[in-house]
Amino acid sequence: MPAGAFAERGADLELVGIQKRFPGFTAIDELDLTIPAGSFFALLGPSGCGKTTTLRLVAGLEEPTRGRILIGGVDVTDTKAHERPVNTVFQSYALFPHMSIIENVSFGLKRRRIADAAGRAHEALRLVELDHLAQRRPQQLSGGQQQRVALARAIVNRPALLLLDEPLGALDLKLRRQMQLELKTIQEEVGLTFLHVTHDQEEAMTMADTVAVMNKGAIEQMGPPAELYESPRTVFVANFLGQSNLFSGDVVDSTGTAITVDAAGARLVVPTARARRHQGSVTIGVRPEKVALHREAPVESAERNVLGPGHVIDVSFSGVSTQYLVTVPGVGTLTVFAQNIGSGPVAAEGAEVWVSWDVAHGFGLDDDADSAPRFAADDDTESIAVHRREALVAELEEH
Amino acid sequence: MAFAAFATAEAQTQAPKRKSRIALFLLLPGIAYLVLFFLAPLISLLLTSLQAPREFGDIGQFDYAFNWQNYTAVVESYLPHILRSFGYALAATLLALVISYPLAYFIGVKARRWPMLQGLMLVLVIAPFFISFLLRTLAWKQLLSDESFVITSLKALSLMAPDAHFTGTPFAVIFGLTYNFIPFMTLPLYTTLERLDTRYLEAGSDLYASPFTVFRKVTIPLSMPGIVAGTLLTFIPAAGDYINASRDFLGGTETQMMGNVIEANFLVLLNYPAAAALSIILMAVILVLVGVYVKRSGTEELL
Repeated sequence: MPAGAFAERGADLELVGIQKRFPGFTAIDELDLTIPAGSFFALLGPSGCGKTTTLRLVAGLEEPTRGRILIGGVDVTDTKAHERPVNTVFQSYALFPHMSIIENVSFGLKRRRIADAAGRAHEALRLVELDHLAQRRPQQLSGGQQQRVALARAIVNRPALLLLDEPLGALDLKLRRQMQLELKTIQEEVGLTFLHVTHDQEEAMTMADTVAVMNKGAIEQMGPPAELYESPRTVFVANFLGQSNLFSGDVVDSTGTAITVDAAGARLVVPTARARRHQGSVTIGVRPEKVALHREAPVESAERNVLGPGHVIDVSFSGVSTQYLVTVPGVGTLTVFAQNIGSGPVAAEGAEVWVSWDVAHGFGLDDDADSAPRFAADDDTESIAVHRREALVAELEEH
Repeated sequence: MAFAAFATAEAQTQAPKRKSRIALFLLLPGIAYLVLFFLAPLISLLLTSLQAPREFGDIGQFDYAFNWQNYTAVVESYLPHILRSFGYALAATLLALVISYPLAYFIGVKARRWPMLQGLMLVLVIAPFFISFLLRTLAWKQLLSDESFVITSLKALSLMAPDAHFTGTPFAVIFGLTYNFIPFMTLPLYTTLERLDTRYLEAGSDLYASPFTVFRKVTIPLSMPGIVAGTLLTFIPAAGDYINASRDFLGGTETQMMGNVIEANFLVLLNYPAAAALSIILMAVILVLVGVYVKRSGTEELL
């Protein structure tokens, strides 16, 4: 971008055959991705899936082993970070501690010799409602304020592409929700292209127009949040984006509109249009909130899949809904979310129950439940601790 | 640095007023030590610097007086030495900074991925301390003497005039000072650069700053505490140094610094008031320079 000029609007980003190898492992393998100009794109995945590496490649902080990066149609693969029309909101904010807030925000403008840097910086600070703190130092601000300064420091440059590296990760839940909304509003106001990297599926779904779920250096599925949630393509997506009840079995019957799967004796129907594979052994699933709980055996119907009888093995009440764990002999354990429309749980622990769901709500996956390891959502401390312990035990056993 | 130390000491002596006498009690050994070994000698030095020669006394016999003319006398006779001291010290400090900064940056930032290399290089920086300072300086005198391999080769290559010397010149003294104080510059620089968060550098390049601008606008300001500490630790002892500039080591008659003059007045000429006055002047000038420097470099908040 020439000095003294601003990007008029967001630019599209294109990654072609990107591969990134580090000594000992491949972070990204053959990644192709196109992000249209002006969109809010979220890259969602567990830690270590390569999403931050992708962001750093786009920012120019890492060099790809292979492949090209195009911003607004211009190949920037061989351009240095400071020459790319891209700005990043870092996870750690990385506000310069030796500069005041206003100096931080005008840093990029001054480097590009843009006229009235101070005025524009104040304007950006007003946008994030922090202009009154312009003379403070970053360490005198709270985490949420620092986050907003980091955002102002990036958007003041009107980059063609704004990269957000889990910028809300360090904030508490309430502030995070508020910032999500603010970010979305700002994106709509300034019309820039946002590439947001996160491991928080809720954050990705509320903010982005398009979500790409990334796993082990590759994109598993990409699309609008609702589409991804309603019809996941792989076991990983089904489990990482929300929760799923999955069943495996052979296709025993197939009509033009639906396939029937024999899951340990139970016959489950899935619409053909919502199933990725139509013969052989397949994995199908349904979201827990789509499943209904019955105290008595429901009437057989072509419209509903029914499983049971089973037993409730756990009930946990969470205000809006109650989560039941139901074990059905032969089939396995299902999770059921029941909205608390009545009062109190409808089934107690140990009760005999049946479960059913609308045939249209089921989905058939591309891969098998066994082929991909089930990932625990790795954003809670407990699962990280468990992973660490397992890794340590494995390491000890090796020696 | 020194000011920060004073500031905390003051804050601590105020504490007992508010709380108990325990803090004062715990501070007593420290206060006693300072009074005995810092305050008393300082007052004694000040009184000596104002002494007048005893009437009809021998050489080296003085009486307490208020003979402030001692100060004007030493400034008149030793002004070149005073200026030379600070000039040499400044040159050595700048040279040491220019040599140490890339070294410290490499050890503290670039070598982070290889802790073994980091450790090895730090040992190499500190290694000279295992040999006496005097011995090392003497060794340099040998290495750079007129008959040495280095000087004869330079002369053979016509890079030096046949009748030129290296020892005894200002260059030799500045070289010696730089060499001897480099570790004092490298170590504080290393400790700051070792903690330098490279994410700030990435943020800088993300905000359109070229590598040089990132260095000037981000790396240097963030390593200011190390630069200030290193330059003070080099400049203060270098200004008072009398080994490198001494005729017995790398210096000559024309390179005498304040330390040499003080030594000569104390031990040879037995003119104690002149030596004391020079010492006081040296101390005062360093205090003022350091004060201005710390204030101007604006590192109080980073320290």
